[in-house]
Amino acid sequence: MRAALFVTCVNDAVYPSTGIATVRLLERLGVEVDFPEAQSCCGQPQFNTGYRRETEPLVRRTTQAFEGYEYVVTPSGSCAAMVRRHYPEIGGADAAALASRTYELTEFLVDVVGVTDVGAYFPHVVTYHPSCHGLRMLGLGERPRKLLEAVRGLELRELPGAEECCGFGGTFAVKNSDVSAAMGQDKVRSAVSTGADVLCGADNSCLMHIGGILSREDAPMRALHLAEILASTEEEPWS
Amino acid sequence: MSGTYLGMPAFPVAAKAALGNETLRGNLRHATHTIRDKRAKAVAELDDWALLREAGKQIKDHTLRHLDRYLVQLEESVTAAGGVVHWAGDAAEANRIVAELVKATGETEVVKVKSMATQEIGLNEALEAEGISAYETDLAELIVQLGDDLPSHILVPAIHRNRGEIRDIFRDRMGAWGRAAPEDLSDVPADLAEAARLHLREKFLRAKVGISGANFMVAETGTLVVVESEGNGRMCLTLPETLISVVGIEKIVPSWQDLEVFLQTLPRSSTAERMNPYTSMWTGTTDGDGPSAFHLVLVDNGRTDTLADEVGRQALRCIRCSACLNVCPVYERAGGHAYGSVYPGPIGAILSPQLRGIGSEVDASLPYASSLCGACYEVCPVAIDIPEVLVHLRERIADRGGKGHRLEKAAIKASGWVFDHPKVLAAGERAASLTRKLHPSRVPGGAAWTDSRDLPELPAAPFRDWWKKNRGEKNRGEENRGEKNDQGGKNNRGEGTAT
Ligand code: SF4
Repeated sequence: MRAALFVTCVNDAVYPSTGIATVRLLERLGVEVDFPEAQSCCGQPQFNTGYRRETEPLVRRTTQAFEGYEYVVTPSGSCAAMVRRHYPEIGGADAAALASRTYELTEFLVDVVGVTDVGAYFPHVVTYHPSCHGLRMLGLGERPRKLLEAVRGLELRELPGAEECCGFGGTFAVKNSDVSAAMGQDKVRSAVSTGADVLCGADNSCLMHIGGILSREDAPMRALHLAEILASTEEEPWS
Repeated sequence: MSGTYLGMPAFPVAAKAALGNETLRGNLRHATHTIRDKRAKAVAELDDWALLREAGKQIKDHTLRHLDRYLVQLEESVTAAGGVVHWAGDAAEANRIVAELVKATGETEVVKVKSMATQEIGLNEALEAEGISAYETDLAELIVQLGDDLPSHILVPAIHRNRGEIRDIFRDRMGAWGRAAPEDLSDVPADLAEAARLHLREKFLRAKVGISGANFMVAETGTLVVVESEGNGRMCLTLPETLISVVGIEKIVPSWQDLEVFLQTLPRSSTAERMNPYTSMWTGTTDGDGPSAFHLVLVDNGRTDTLADEVGRQALRCIRCSACLNVCPVYERAGGHAYGSVYPGPIGAILSPQLRGIGSEVDASLPYASSLCGACYEVCPVAIDIPEVLVHLRERIADRGGKGHRLEKAAIKASGWVFDHPKVLAAGERAASLTRKLHPSRVPGGAAWTDSRDLPELPAAPFRDWWKKNRGEKNRGEENRGEKNDQGGKNNRGEGTAT
């Protein structure tokens, strides 16, 4: 099986480790990974801030970059949601076709590769925050939890109020910084209350916000992308 | 009495003030979490909820598409039943009509059923200017009115108040408005309710004019419907001699049978009840039973403009259940007043800028008062895609330019160009990575992000460089041994004290 990795602009520039983990994980599962270098940003930040016209060239670019791939995989629920939900209405038939071939990582693993046990080993106490776009726009449901539950050594603790938004919301985090921070602080408080040492998510933009608060508050917890936990094995522990 | 939202600051400023009020945050958190959990249970009881939701959406969409026809039909039915229909283009016209109708009765006091439409047009203030006192009879509205306060929730306008505050308001203010509260009034809910009951009874029995809104208007029969929990509304609808109902034109449904859908979805969404305790319906006038004069004032006030917008018009489907407020994480923290309108929360963020236009600072800030988490859309019983409308309105505001948006647009354009040229993007990423040690995690001067969050440390190199080095054409399949454990310069997402 062959799939193109849509790493997303945030992962490319700020969280390459998530992209690397995704590549290793997929290859370990027998998926041949390609990285079309013409890819860039999906256009979500522009679109959600109200710059639809400015989004159009990015939609075209992304659509062209992934032409010809049967599967496109991305370790970002919100970028997958952008493609799935908004590409058809912005970019026409080609973009709609891309939307139907694009998978968020956990969807791809469970629905396409057909695994929940990816052979990972990660001896930590983990709590999982389902980001809003993955949760509501993609309907990821139990997929991420099933994947985590199958990880050896990992103890999964339920996050109280898990389905509440962490307060990132793209430009919301800047335009309504105070409310955004208050939401993030509440999220961090309930995450820390679980006693877990890792907060796991499937969207690095939310993790950047949550992690930024964890760091500022010197909380005994770190934020980590799901792909990095799933990439971790006994032979090659991620951390 | 009861101030107005005029001159409210933009949402972020008002929200910041609310965030600092610990009592308010505590009250709101408790109230919204309790009701949202109950709602979820009440909705889960119906296995045809998805169908009811779809039916509600379609009935409303159909009605809005043929609004002209149904409004004419309604006018005919109401007139045939002995009522008089008045048309009001905006708030001022509606207020003028109501004031004249009250004056014609010779009365200077009216009792009111809780109504969003009369709050939207500022009817109480307009009547006061004409020397007419309007008494709110809904318990929560009474608390707001006595406290010289503004409503902060569609269904529970005094949600921002706790028992102790309500006791103080009753004790200090009731006397000036009618029957006083007992000096030793406690903050036990039953005692508070009893004080309100005695105070209000006096008003009900004296009033000759009642003013209401309506949850629904049935075109085929000319029937108006009010759904409530306390029964105070029913008193206002049946005891006075004259009844004036002020209703937004979008509240119409074509037939009696359509109510079947909404009388299931509204109570479960709003109070988490299977059925609300009181459903009152009135059709024109009947000799010897209820008011002998009935006036219906149909209010546009920005609704036909909203209807003209293909994306935004779905906001007119709203049945004001307030479920979206109760699940909204932004509303929960910012409080209702920050929205600068009688319509707070997610629905307020899309309705107010459409009804009032985006001219004022507060209206232009409302579409951004959301993280687009989608919780509001998920609970809305008429499936209003609130995030979709928010983004659509942002587009309108960004297009108009205006304060802050010119710079933003330039930045978005520039970044768009960079994103469209991956080679430039890669060079930029590399430059950022190379200078990463110079990037402070707290930007001095308090940039919005770093007020309360650290910035992530930038990695040693972007992903695309790792790919080139380890999976590029030459190296395909043979991951560079030396790089095997290089996890891309695993950077700090805020590891805190963990290592
Ligand atoms: S938008 Fe939907 S959820 Fe919100 S008040 Fe209106 S009907 Fe209820």
